Amino acid sequence: MAIATSPPKKIKLNRIGLELPVYRGGKTTLCAGCGHNAISERIIDACFTMGVDPTQVVKLSGIGCSSKSPAYFLGSSHGFNTVHGRMPSIGTGALLANKQLVAIGVSGDGDTGAIGIGQFVHLMRRNLPMVYVIEDNGCYGLTKGQFSPTADVGSTLKTGVVNDLPPIDTCALAIQLGATFVARSFSGDKKQLTAILKAALSHRGTAMLDVLSPCVTFNDHEGSTKSYAYVKSHDDPLEELDFVPFFEDITIDYEPGTTQEVTMHDGSRLYLRKLDQSYNPTDKMQALRALHETHARGEFATGLIYVDPMADDFLTSLNLVDEPLATLPERRVRPPRAVLDEVMDDLR
Amino acid sequence: MPSSDAAVAERSVVASTTPVINDFSIQVATVNGSGSQTANLVLLRSIFQMGVPVSGKNMFPSNIAGLPTWFTIRANKHGYVARKTEIDFLVAMNPETAREDVLNLKRGAAVVYDEPLKLDALRDDLVFYPVPFDTLVGQVSRDVKLRRRVRNMIYDGVLSQLLGVQLEQMEVALRRQFGSKPKVVSINREALDVGFAFAEQHLEKRDPYGIEPMDENGGRILVDGNAAAAIGCLMAGVTVVTWYPITPSSSLCETLIGYLRKYRVDKETGKATFAVVQAEDEIAALGMAIGSGWAGARSMTATSGPGVSLMGEFAGLGYYAEVPAVIFDVQRVGPSTGLPTRTAQGDVLSTAFLSHGDSRHPLLFPCSPEECYSMAINAFDLAERFQTPVFVMSDLDLGMNTWMSPTFEYPTKPIDRGKVLDQETLDRIGRFGRYRDVDGDGIPYRSIPGTDMPAYFCRGSGHNEWGQYSERADDYEKNVDRLTRKFETARNWMPAPVVEINRKARIGIIAYGTTHWAIIESRDQLAAEADLQTSYYRLRAYPFRSALASFIERHDRVYVVEQNRDAQMSTLMRLELRAELAGRLRSVLHYAGMPIDARSITENVLIQEGYRVEHSEADGPLPHNAGVGGE
Repeated sequence: MAIATSPPKKIKLNRIGLELPVYRGGKTTLCAGCGHNAISERIIDACFTMGVDPTQVVKLSGIGCSSKSPAYFLGSSHGFNTVHGRMPSIGTGALLANKQLVAIGVSGDGDTGAIGIGQFVHLMRRNLPMVYVIEDNGCYGLTKGQFSPTADVGSTLKTGVVNDLPPIDTCALAIQLGATFVARSFSGDKKQLTAILKAALSHRGTAMLDVLSPCVTFNDHEGSTKSYAYVKSHDDPLEELDFVPFFEDITIDYEPGTTQEVTMHDGSRLYLRKLDQSYNPTDKMQALRALHETHARGEFATGLIYVDPMADDFLTSLNLVDEPLATLPERRVRPPRAVLDEVMDDLR
Repeated sequence: MPSSDAAVAERSVVASTTPVINDFSIQVATVNGSGSQTANLVLLRSIFQMGVPVSGKNMFPSNIAGLPTWFTIRANKHGYVARKTEIDFLVAMNPETAREDVLNLKRGAAVVYDEPLKLDALRDDLVFYPVPFDTLVGQVSRDVKLRRRVRNMIYDGVLSQLLGVQLEQMEVALRRQFGSKPKVVSINREALDVGFAFAEQHLEKRDPYGIEPMDENGGRILVDGNAAAAIGCLMAGVTVVTWYPITPSSSLCETLIGYLRKYRVDKETGKATFAVVQAEDEIAALGMAIGSGWAGARSMTATSGPGVSLMGEFAGLGYYAEVPAVIFDVQRVGPSTGLPTRTAQGDVLSTAFLSHGDSRHPLLFPCSPEECYSMAINAFDLAERFQTPVFVMSDLDLGMNTWMSPTFEYPTKPIDRGKVLDQETLDRIGRFGRYRDVDGDGIPYRSIPGTDMPAYFCRGSGHNEWGQYSERADDYEKNVDRLTRKFETARNWMPAPVVEINRKARIGIIAYGTTHWAIIESRDQLAAEADLQTSYYRLRAYPFRSALASFIERHDRVYVVEQNRDAQMSTLMRLELRAELAGRLRSVLHYAGMPIDARSITENVLIQEGYRVEHSEADGPLPHNAGVGGE
């Protein structure tokens, strides 16, 4: 053992007094270089800097490489690795039981776009408060590289097989379904992804993030439109993002017309420095057009694609008591004898 | 009318001269969507209010309007409430089925019919009462819509006069039905009066059937099993209800939603202490129930067989991840279209082992609304105590038909949330291991997300006792063995059977669920008609108690009576019984979609016992439902 010679390093604490390692998880078992690991790192960053309380987080996932990743971040939070394509229902249930929970769901393009499309559709239309990340690599990694429904027409498998079906654009679909926060990013874009994740954590409603996350083992070859090289060279950001959390008193100066400021539900602010002067992410039709046009060019529109920060979320619409239903005491959930008597009298 | 009156009077009807009081069944054949349900419930309720034991069974199509439906009311002074196959008194309102309905009657039965149908020409061994409904309804209202609505109430008036069902009781029943709508009550009352007056003036009573007041129904209510289960869920303190509509379970959740809105909204804040979500399908319904059970809610869903099939994967996850949830399976006949509105006990085997891999689920079998209520409460406690999905196996007959019931008892025990980790326990056990068997009963402790107890990562089968991911053979084996231990512990927590030992009996009967009501009557028939004494074991839950084996041991032969083709409960028993005992089991099976009746059971047992010779093809078919099972 070496004897410590340097003075103790000052440990950085976040706003709730926790250190970064608290937000780390188990050691990853995914392939070296997998985009999913980078996304886990960004989630750790975002939760740490936002000062998310890990005891209030539930991590949820379906099945697949993507869905293994919740084990690799926020190790002190509860997690539930559910069944294939059905994480939204487990997440919905967990939030019904306890509306104070912060739900972070991780899914994949197969888990969402194929087997899970039904639950995805209904999650989006309910606007359940939840961060829903699709780690999108266009293939089924855990079963060794079959096409998923987000693979582009003409994209090839490692074996040379050509995909001849059009892709599902989860972002366009989510917008059409009524999602209130829709973003696309790239696992290799640290700055953009972190800003989007922080904004997603500030959103009250479903925050749907499609993160292109190349599969280095099965879908990183020439001919794939989800390879690291392809995504990097076809990434077409809609805007540059700066996120200022609600607990920081920072003003960002910008020239009028160049930047759009979006105030999130919790008071955090998102500054979108426009690259295309006309783009407005609160306009659904523009968002859909941007997705369509970039896709037609063979590119990926990334950034915050659509947001409606003040829409009503599902839990609010249920008019639940303030406390979690899960821990209400007996006297609040079992009606008194007089109620049963009344019910019986009505049936006499 | 006088003309048809005369025509009937001329017939040589062989009618019994001995009055038959409070022991007959009435069948009303109508078209669904014609508003007959109100008239039928008013008739049923009136007889109930007169203190006469009564039951009502609705045989209806999977359709909203225009197809045949039959409602059968059985009044029985002995308290028998099972379906009786013979109809004594028919009300034929449906032109489509009238001919067949009449031809199926036994000699001496009575028929009230819509005069233009001219049913009296069909047979001369029945008592016919023609009623010109269209003419009579014209006296009640000129409004076409209203006439359609109250037309059926006229037969209640006719029956009131013919059978002696007091008109004032019908009015009381009407008021219950339409309490807040005095205009509706009054026009229906008019229809009753018109029917009554017609019968008084034009129909001569020539059948033996009659209702006379009794005093049997004090303290009783009229309720269907789904509503009873809903009241149970309300009193159990359910907090999350996630469901998908499916006949015959929909009314369970719908009734529950009504009660929750009325009784579970905080007075001060106006906010709900419950959440209800109509899910996108049964998969999501159970997914949400399991998600909320995991996060600490008392959660439930209700469905029927097709929904249970869809829930298979999640049921397995619930079993292995050890998450409480309550699932009501209101059983019906098979998949897709066909007989979704007919009853069965056909999900026993598939539900007991629902999912892939080794999984077993506790099942509760209510036989009455009272048990739908008490077992609903019990199911929530058991689900949390054993941290596993628990199924309450009702059926369409119980869930959707109207039953007499004693009033329900307020729960005597506090809610049991099972082994939820708290600081005191954590101090005692030292380190939290989600799947660690600390107490030796196979039941681990669980922590609830969002509380300050240690977290764990929840998964399917691949975990060790600390909740860590593991694919090690010994970890897996150890875990499934603990799950077996947990299931063994559950055995003695399940509702005990109701056993009636007859010391003289060489044969025993085992039944469960709604079959019970036909068994009571069949045992009396066996004793009275063949001096065949029987013992009776009413099974109320799976896993079975050890009492099951002792019961079989006491008897030479044991008849397992159930409403499915494949002897499902009997098969489940054979898995646990030693061969010698399994060999004593015989089956009486009923699977026609209609509730089981006593006569079929009696005949079937008598054949198997050698009292009767089995029917051959030449003798005509057996009662349509009698399947002979066993060895």
